[in-house]
Amino acid sequence: MKMAIIDYGLGNLRSIKRGLEAVRAEVFITHERERITDADAIVLPGVGAFEEAAKNLEPLSETILDQIWAGKPLLGVCLGLQLLFTTSTEGGLHKGLDVFKGQVIQLPPTVKVPHIGWNSLKFVKPDDPLLENIPDGTYVYFVHSYYGDAEDSGDVVSKTFHGIEFSSVVSKSHVFATQFHPERSGEIGLQILKNFVEYVTS
Amino acid sequence: MLAKRVIPCLDMMNGRVVKGIGFKNLRDAGDPVELASHYYKHGADEIVFLDVTASYENRDILIDVVERTADSIFIPFTVGGGIRSTEDIRRILCSGADKITINTGAVKDPDLIQKSARVFGSQCIVSSIDIKRVYVRGKSEVSDKTVLDTPQGRCWWDVYIYGGRTQTNIDALNWAERVVQLGAGEIVVSSLDFDGTKQGYDLVFLRELSERVPVPIIASSGAGTPEHILKALTIGKADAALAASIFHYGTYTVMEIKEYLARNGVPVRL
Repeated sequence: MKMAIIDYGLGNLRSIKRGLEAVRAEVFITHERERITDADAIVLPGVGAFEEAAKNLEPLSETILDQIWAGKPLLGVCLGLQLLFTTSTEGGLHKGLDVFKGQVIQLPPTVKVPHIGWNSLKFVKPDDPLLENIPDGTYVYFVHSYYGDAEDSGDVVSKTFHGIEFSSVVSKSHVFATQFHPERSGEIGLQILKNFVEYVTS
Repeated sequence: MLAKRVIPCLDMMNGRVVKGIGFKNLRDAGDPVELASHYYKHGADEIVFLDVTASYENRDILIDVVERTADSIFIPFTVGGGIRSTEDIRRILCSGADKITINTGAVKDPDLIQKSARVFGSQCIVSSIDIKRVYVRGKSEVSDKTVLDTPQGRCWWDVYIYGGRTQTNIDALNWAERVVQLGAGEIVVSSLDFDGTKQGYDLVFLRELSERVPVPIIASSGAGTPEHILKALTIGKADAALAASIFHYGTYTVMEIKEYLARNGVPVRL
């Protein structure tokens, strides 16, 4: 079982790689179409700004979407979640991969932004494979200023409150995404990564 | 609800953790990676490494520590000390750190914050501000400076650089607003008046700053008791508290502090 972490030229991929390795996944970092196609699962990481990321990801978009439609499991993390939505309003209006219907919008100005730190999950779909052995109300680590506003409530796995209640985990069939960083969320985060690995291997 | 964070800070010299008060009587306190792992397992919400030597020759040692830390802990960690360029930042982030802190480098070259926030994102650029009170007689005002009442007298806050050795005559509240405009995603405040005194944090400054800027504030310097941390997070309205000696000397564990905060109604991750 091999997982491809997609490298589109932004930021720190070492921590997500180490997190997945800690739960015994075999992972490699790549930006090559063939290697993405060869992998058993895809991880779409992300830090930084939407526009730059979407631009860098563009040459790989078709491959990623083909793989998703072919049934390959995918985990999006942080900006990786946002890139899976229809559009984003960060720095102008930009197109995402449109796997999840909805727009990526900014957190309200009534609270501190960026939303940095440990916040709790309120389960909406407690039987989602990603939440296996995770207690409702658990704390995970967030760093973001925007969130994906899911149009289809059936996609929402958990919500989190920061000025507004937003979707902190979304899933649709074999595509999962977290707005928080599981690789930086301690033992709970590792359990979430393990759940994804087990979903892929089962 | 967003939890308040408790962050142990490890001062490093030549790849080893050192402890002492105000740069004096520094003693070897062990391997940074081992200590970071220890704090990770015992409830730390983040870890901060501060390279107090911060010389060019020591960069490779620092990078090695960052890489080994990234491989062994699964909470965010921040690296600071001697950062002068976007290339310095790139090296540290690519080695696995989540954030960097800049102090002197930003005062000397404010564009550094803007450039690095644009390239790496505001979320990983932490502005570290060292402050010292300048007391003012009577009711007089000082032009361009915010003068406030404190229990010790009226004062404004001057920004210090080069590890607290050089004053700049820059109003710290104005500077904080500026670094946020330039793209800093968080601010760490260290008080030279309170550092190492174990008398508590500079609550007046923290509260004023917290109300002025939209980004999270991390209180640093001065924690001697769990109550000091509680006050920084409640009266001072800080989002996180950073401390060194209270943890290194084993006076309190991170978990003891967090349990104390929870008993006093502060949301924490237990």
